[in-house]
Amino acid sequence: MNDNGKPILQMNNIHIEGYSDERWHPIINGVDLELKRGQVLGLIGESGAGKSTLGLAAMGFARSGCRFTQGQVIFDGVNLLTLKESQRRKLWGTRIAYVAQSAAAAFNPAHRLIEQTIESASRAQIRSEAESRKDAIDLYGSLHLPDPERIGERYPHQVSGGQLQRVMTAMAMSSRPDLIIFDEPTTALDVTTQVEVLAAMREIVDQYNTAAIYITHDLSVVAQMADEIKVLRYGSEVEQAETRTMLHSPKEQYTQSLWSVRSLEKPESRSDDIVLSLKDIDAGYGKTPVLHGINIDLPRGKTVAVVGESGSGKSTAARVVTGLLPQTNGTVMFNGKPLPSALKDRTPDQLQRIQMIYQMADTAMNPRQTVEKIISRPLEFFHNLTGREKEKRLLELLSMIELDESFLDRLPAELSGGQKQRICIARALAAEPDVIICDEVTSALDQIVQEGILKLLLRLQDEFGISYLFITHDIATVRAISDEIVVMYQGKVVEQGLKSQILSPPHPEYTELLLSSVPEMDPDWLTNLLADRGV
Amino acid sequence: MKERPETDQSYSAAAEVGALRQRRGRAERWWLALKKAPFSAWFGMVVISAYSIVALFAPWFAPYGEAEIFPTPFAPWDETHRFGTDQIGRDILTRLIYGARNTMGIALVTTLLSFLIGGGLGLVAAINRSWLDQLLSRTVDVLMAIPSLIFALVLLSIFKPSVISLILIIAVLDSTRVFRLTRAVAINVAVMDYVEVARLRGEKLSWVMKNEILPNIMPPLVAEFGLRFSFVFLTIAALSFLGVGIQPPTADWGSMVRDNASLIQFAQYDLKAGITPLLPAAAIALLTVAVNFVVDWFLHKTSGLRDEQ
Repeated sequence: MNDNGKPILQMNNIHIEGYSDERWHPIINGVDLELKRGQVLGLIGESGAGKSTLGLAAMGFARSGCRFTQGQVIFDGVNLLTLKESQRRKLWGTRIAYVAQSAAAAFNPAHRLIEQTIESASRAQIRSEAESRKDAIDLYGSLHLPDPERIGERYPHQVSGGQLQRVMTAMAMSSRPDLIIFDEPTTALDVTTQVEVLAAMREIVDQYNTAAIYITHDLSVVAQMADEIKVLRYGSEVEQAETRTMLHSPKEQYTQSLWSVRSLEKPESRSDDIVLSLKDIDAGYGKTPVLHGINIDLPRGKTVAVVGESGSGKSTAARVVTGLLPQTNGTVMFNGKPLPSALKDRTPDQLQRIQMIYQMADTAMNPRQTVEKIISRPLEFFHNLTGREKEKRLLELLSMIELDESFLDRLPAELSGGQKQRICIARALAAEPDVIICDEVTSALDQIVQEGILKLLLRLQDEFGISYLFITHDIATVRAISDEIVVMYQGKVVEQGLKSQILSPPHPEYTELLLSSVPEMDPDWLTNLLADRGV
Repeated sequence: MKERPETDQSYSAAAEVGALRQRRGRAERWWLALKKAPFSAWFGMVVISAYSIVALFAPWFAPYGEAEIFPTPFAPWDETHRFGTDQIGRDILTRLIYGARNTMGIALVTTLLSFLIGGGLGLVAAINRSWLDQLLSRTVDVLMAIPSLIFALVLLSIFKPSVISLILIIAVLDSTRVFRLTRAVAINVAVMDYVEVARLRGEKLSWVMKNEILPNIMPPLVAEFGLRFSFVFLTIAALSFLGVGIQPPTADWGSMVRDNASLIQFAQYDLKAGITPLLPAAAIALLTVAVNFVVDWFLHKTSGLRDEQ
């Protein structure tokens, strides 16, 4: 967008190593990067590609356990790597700012927002405290925070996640840095909130002509933010190009494969054989009602996607089905019979036929158990398999999830994210269920890995006729896997129907908001959307 | 770093296999950890092993019998009595050796018992989280509100001071602390998804406790075991010093300090005599320090703390 000569940041042949297992491993292998004032560079890649390490390196900083082995980081004519720690520290927060992924973890809960916003600016004596406060309020205003005059007087827990992320951007902008590094700033947010944060960030970077590095694994997000995109893989650059060029005609095969991920789509089909049905369910935690008379039908061998933003009651509905949270009203019908509401009243057969897969595979597996133990327990417990038979079945299950027997004696910590989720799928399959509840099973994974898991789930459905109740907030995932869609909002079902019906207009108001907030791989999407909404 | 698989069109889990390292065997991992242990940990382990050997083979090491009385009380250090004799003429070195056996044995049994009680109830409370948790936790609060040494004295004067009652009383009083720790760490584990998975499978409470929760709270418990062992040890020594602990003629370091305390005033005439009552005290101190060195190292290792550069 902006072209005023000399680059503000120039990184030459950066090499970074990390220490683990008593050895130094390369993390970044000779990456070059150049950034001009007012330019936004998107850094994308899978997890472990070195995006965040490179982002931090732009500040001349290496995490503990990491070190620079080669290269220069020249910021405004000064090589940051040869500066003293104290000199670099002076630049951080004043001329180079960093916006982290989890705003909630980055704020001190004991101080008011405005104090934290102006801290670095007043510490560096850029302005007096009173001016800083006034400036912070202006920034809150330009980031479209509600009630900018007073929101700074609140504490971090008194504002929402999206607002906190914007306050953090205000904090970064407060000293008018020349360079901001955004590290996955919207990954933890709902799509509806993400739109607001993206728009606010883009506007403010534009307004102050700040250079920015935007790190994310979400292509459609980076398409909205960046002027140029750099693709990283295994610590090396795959390619870099102007955003539009990159989106329309990526040169490298790897980039093309990243781009094609989102095109997976299962043809929908309907069925009237209902395996699981929630009828007029009310439920809540303590005295707080969460679900208000919801009805969901799950046809046998099909996938029903439950979509909605966080707090809409998606996961609560799943807890009612599993029996972890007994409903206060209504019935859950399973295979034509009512399911007892409490877990302890259910028969082993009922427990076996409904299985669950979780969002965080890390916490869904006991870190002290090997893969063998994790998968074989349901075999022993539900099917009384032992010895040879059990072993045979174990290997069968592993081949179903496209892994081999070398995984049997691994611990969860020795698996990648996608492999972990596969093991969780195998554990659910081991019980031979009719229904699997998938609670955001792909949202913690990279897009390429996501695609692998979704394909696996589809294949298993084909082979074994399993029905999925698929909870997600990601519309691309919904397109890929579902037959029917249930839209939930504030504990109520907005609508249920076939995928084609729900995804094509006319929509009820909430569905419209939800669908239109999903970023698309079009650099003009955000601009057009904001124009449509009249912001 | 190993070679990464070539860029390919789609994700394949099998392709990732090559990028992961093989898991080391248990023995190998222990050996690696030991090799990297700091000097303090090694020192602690050597001291503990030496004490254990002495305690186990006390009759072989000791020159005389545990309760054997010689004609001269408070005999000076010489060849027949390396560290002299005590107030009724028993050989000090012999009693130091037997004392290791008695004091450490009782402390070990007591600590194990307190972990059995406190750990078991703590786990139940953490999983149950209902009125039972409330009942147990409040009872523990009440017990902890009373200074434990005074409480132990009161109980020991009600029940006769015997080895059994000593073990039981200290174990119960100490189990309150174990209970709180176990409950606190187990609650963190009990909310994990894998515990939920086990419950959804319909597993019994005891299975969940043993297989899902216990292995994940072992590091803090083991560390606490070391500390509690030291404290039990000191409590027994303190009680013996006050005369309600281990009863004569059983040798015990705490009572040995008390019995020979009067020798300290002779230090100005014979330095060695003055040191004599300090020997059992030093034995206690050295073991406590050694245990804590090992525990510190273990805690540091398992807590995943890394030294910042």
